[in-house]
Amino acid sequence: MTEMVYGAVPERGGEPIVPKWWRTLDKWSMSCVLGLFVIGLLLGLASSPPLAARNGLEPFHYVQRQAMFGGLALIVMLLTSMMSPVMVRRLAVVGFLGAFVAVALLPFLGTDFGKGAMRWYSLGFASVQPSEFLKPGFIVAAAWMLAASQEINGPPGKLWSFSLCVAIVLMLAMQPDFGQACLVMFGWGVMYFVAGAPMVLLVGMAGLVVLGGTIAYSNSEHFARRIDGFLSPDLDPTTQLGYATNAIREGGLFGVGVGEGQVKWSLPDAHTDFIIAVAAEEYGLILVLVIISLYALIVTRSLFRLMRERDPFIRLAGTGLACIFGVQAMINMGVAVRLLPAKGMTLPFVSYGGSSLIAGGIALGMLLAFTRSRPQGEIADILRGRGR
Amino acid sequence: MIRTPLRPLARILSARANGENPDAIMRENLRHRHAEMQDKARSRAEGRLLVLGMFFFCAFTVIGGRMGLLSVSEAEEPLASAIGTPIAAQRGDIVDREGRILATNFETHSLYAQPPFMVDPLSAAEGLVKIFPDLDRDRLIKDFTGKRKFVWIKKKISPEQKQAVHDIGDPGLLFGPREMRLYPNGSLAAHVLGGASFGKEGVDAAEVIGVAGVEKQFDNYLRDPANGGKPLTLSLDLTVQAAAERVLYGGMKLMNARGATSILMDVHTGEVISLVSLPDFDPNDRPAPPTSGFDPSVSPLFNRAVQGVYELGSTFKIFAVAQAMDLGLVGPETVIDTRGPLRWGKFRIRDFHNYGKELSVTKIIVKSSNIGTARIAQQIGADRQREFLSHLGFLDPTPLEIVEASGASPLLPKNWSELSAMTISYGHGLSASPMHLASAYAAIANGGRYVAPTLLRQDMPQEGPQVMSPQTAAASRNMLRLVVSEGTASFGDVPGYAVAGKTGTADKPKPRGGYYDDKVIATFASMFPAHDPRYVLIVTLDEPSENSGSEPRRTAGWTAVPVAAEMIARVAPLLGLRPDIEPRAAAGITLTSN
Repeated sequence: MTEMVYGAVPERGGEPIVPKWWRTLDKWSMSCVLGLFVIGLLLGLASSPPLAARNGLEPFHYVQRQAMFGGLALIVMLLTSMMSPVMVRRLAVVGFLGAFVAVALLPFLGTDFGKGAMRWYSLGFASVQPSEFLKPGFIVAAAWMLAASQEINGPPGKLWSFSLCVAIVLMLAMQPDFGQACLVMFGWGVMYFVAGAPMVLLVGMAGLVVLGGTIAYSNSEHFARRIDGFLSPDLDPTTQLGYATNAIREGGLFGVGVGEGQVKWSLPDAHTDFIIAVAAEEYGLILVLVIISLYALIVTRSLFRLMRERDPFIRLAGTGLACIFGVQAMINMGVAVRLLPAKGMTLPFVSYGGSSLIAGGIALGMLLAFTRSRPQGEIADILRGRGR
Repeated sequence: MIRTPLRPLARILSARANGENPDAIMRENLRHRHAEMQDKARSRAEGRLLVLGMFFFCAFTVIGGRMGLLSVSEAEEPLASAIGTPIAAQRGDIVDREGRILATNFETHSLYAQPPFMVDPLSAAEGLVKIFPDLDRDRLIKDFTGKRKFVWIKKKISPEQKQAVHDIGDPGLLFGPREMRLYPNGSLAAHVLGGASFGKEGVDAAEVIGVAGVEKQFDNYLRDPANGGKPLTLSLDLTVQAAAERVLYGGMKLMNARGATSILMDVHTGEVISLVSLPDFDPNDRPAPPTSGFDPSVSPLFNRAVQGVYELGSTFKIFAVAQAMDLGLVGPETVIDTRGPLRWGKFRIRDFHNYGKELSVTKIIVKSSNIGTARIAQQIGADRQREFLSHLGFLDPTPLEIVEASGASPLLPKNWSELSAMTISYGHGLSASPMHLASAYAAIANGGRYVAPTLLRQDMPQEGPQVMSPQTAAASRNMLRLVVSEGTASFGDVPGYAVAGKTGTADKPKPRGGYYDDKVIATFASMFPAHDPRYVLIVTLDEPSENSGSEPRRTAGWTAVPVAAEMIARVAPLLGLRPDIEPRAAAGITLTSN
């Protein structure tokens, strides 16, 4: 009847993409990411002029590049977050294969920029670190396999993804880039944990880690020195860590003032590994707490949203992405305050670095795509008496 | 546990019986199982995600808390001045027996450069050369403009020099705090103290380590933080040491000697009150050790009192006589055949003068007869002599607490034959250090107890082993007193202090065997006051020659003895000894011997 009066309702392929995206998006996480990006630019203004001066460039050269890459990263993030999880999975797996090949070819085609580790491809105007792109790609691919293994008659995805993980860890360790290797390992471990790792295995692994640490401590002088340096209560104020700790102390609650910091002139890694020290010195505890809470908010909020997720793939992939994002930030800041032994790791989305920014954009875009609200069959749960 | 079958066989069978397609039932069953499994996985994942979320929340909270704690704590300057204070008392002081400082620490600075931070390396190098003329300008420029990131320039600089370097104004010139060892008395007691230098060096601090003397011997003690900066108290007396050095230096010049050494030792405690070896050096600026191939005893670093092993000549005679008396072989008045020369195989023993056919034992000592002593040694025999000398400490390095002592072993005859015994009895064929001689004379002086020489302050007399009877020691002392009052050491008589002692003049051995006839080691081993000796003094001059007469006189009686007498005259009042009128007993013995 209605159709006869008003004519047929035009066919629609569902809701338009952008409104649907905006409706279902986790706007809090997104705002946090934007906040981090802005803070990254702000700290770039503070921390990169010494680097530019050392390399004989104009003072804000690196800030401009950071803004450029950051803008690119934000666009990539928004685009990615608009995709459906299946789309994300397909693209990520393809991207993962590409990155995997790129990392595998690094020893032959890569450059080390005189830093002793083969991590980069030089493209003339910029350099690319493929392992940054490998991380989110691997997380998604591994999540896909782990999820598939939970299906009835599914493939042995746990074994596959674990072998893949080991292969990547070995490749990264050969570069050598133990930080990234640990992150990949951690990402897989977390997904395996959420996918239902047996308790016995978890306890056994914890035991193995302790055992391995003990063996490494007693056999490797380098490792032992790091741990000793970490455990000893007094700190040599002329080491990088000493400067960083001191910068945090100098900063106090409200900082010494914009542009007044000294630590950026002493630390070679002020714009990457120790950017939090620059933040603490110039802007004080306030900004540091803001940064920490932004990270904490993104991670915990994402994890809480994923708790309600029905789809095992989305759940696992989201968990992996959120966790490596969070743990990277945690390690970076933990080192600066001497809660963790020294390990170079960038502060995601804040530290300077083109590859890490864009890869971070992709990862967060995927995370946002995975944490979008979706029907989770709550009504059916209630109807079937399984709901809470 | 209720097991649910994987396939609903009952339903499938009934469906088949009804002619329906069982696949639909199978699919439905599969869907159910899948949903059930997913629900289970989801509820498990829910719990684990909660754990993860809590973990991240806690971790970030801890990091934030730690940041807060750090930022409210006080910042410390990332320069070494902050840790300068604890180094200050790192190495203990060394003080003399009265607590006067012999070695202490001094805060100073080292100078280094970090060329990457230098503004104008050329003018900085020029400025430095103006301040430190010993630096090489071209070398500095090469260092400053080359690839080096760190260049040491000076290890120790004075405050004035530091200010001058400041005035150059180059940010690449930097100072590191240094604790340096300071010997405020200069070369006084240099050989005892030794010296210190830098060990492991960093920008902020450098280890000070002892390189010689007590500084090295007690290095661990001095550096031990557990001692809490407690000083090391030596047995030396600063004033006595100064007086002894002064006198010995004058004596060495007057007697045209190459070197000289003196040891003043407390006979009861074994404490070395003063130890001088000339030529000496300033431990604040310790000279480089002599290069190999060069005679080390020429170096001022050579400690003649401890490291120098010499044939000490007639000073040894008293040991043969004392042992013979202790064994009951002779008495002070026993007459010994002294006709010369005394032959033993091809070897002949002569006296300096011909003392006639026979002498009493006392006279043998007083006149210093080689023949008489050798005959007494023949009576004693090589084995007993060796044992006695070993009790007196002549066969081992002295236990004195400086590193050099343990390396100075006496030179002993390879085969201790009767001939060796005879020559050793008058001080040839066995080389020992003056320190050995001092502790052996101390045994005679204190009533027959061996005392080990020590450089540490003692509160109690040493109860060393009895090496001879007190009677023997007393009789020996009487003889030694006679040597001074009417024998070879007559210049050694210091009124009021009753010096007793024995001279010794030994020809110096040539490096390639044989002896020089115009080079001697002149030694005077003495003790005072003779009736109850409290101190032993050994004075040794290396190649002295007293030229006031028509021909050079080299015997100890003309060279070492006057120096020792002057030293006793100067030092005894400092030691608190009152000049005394000699008791009659000593005079009585003199009378009966005549």
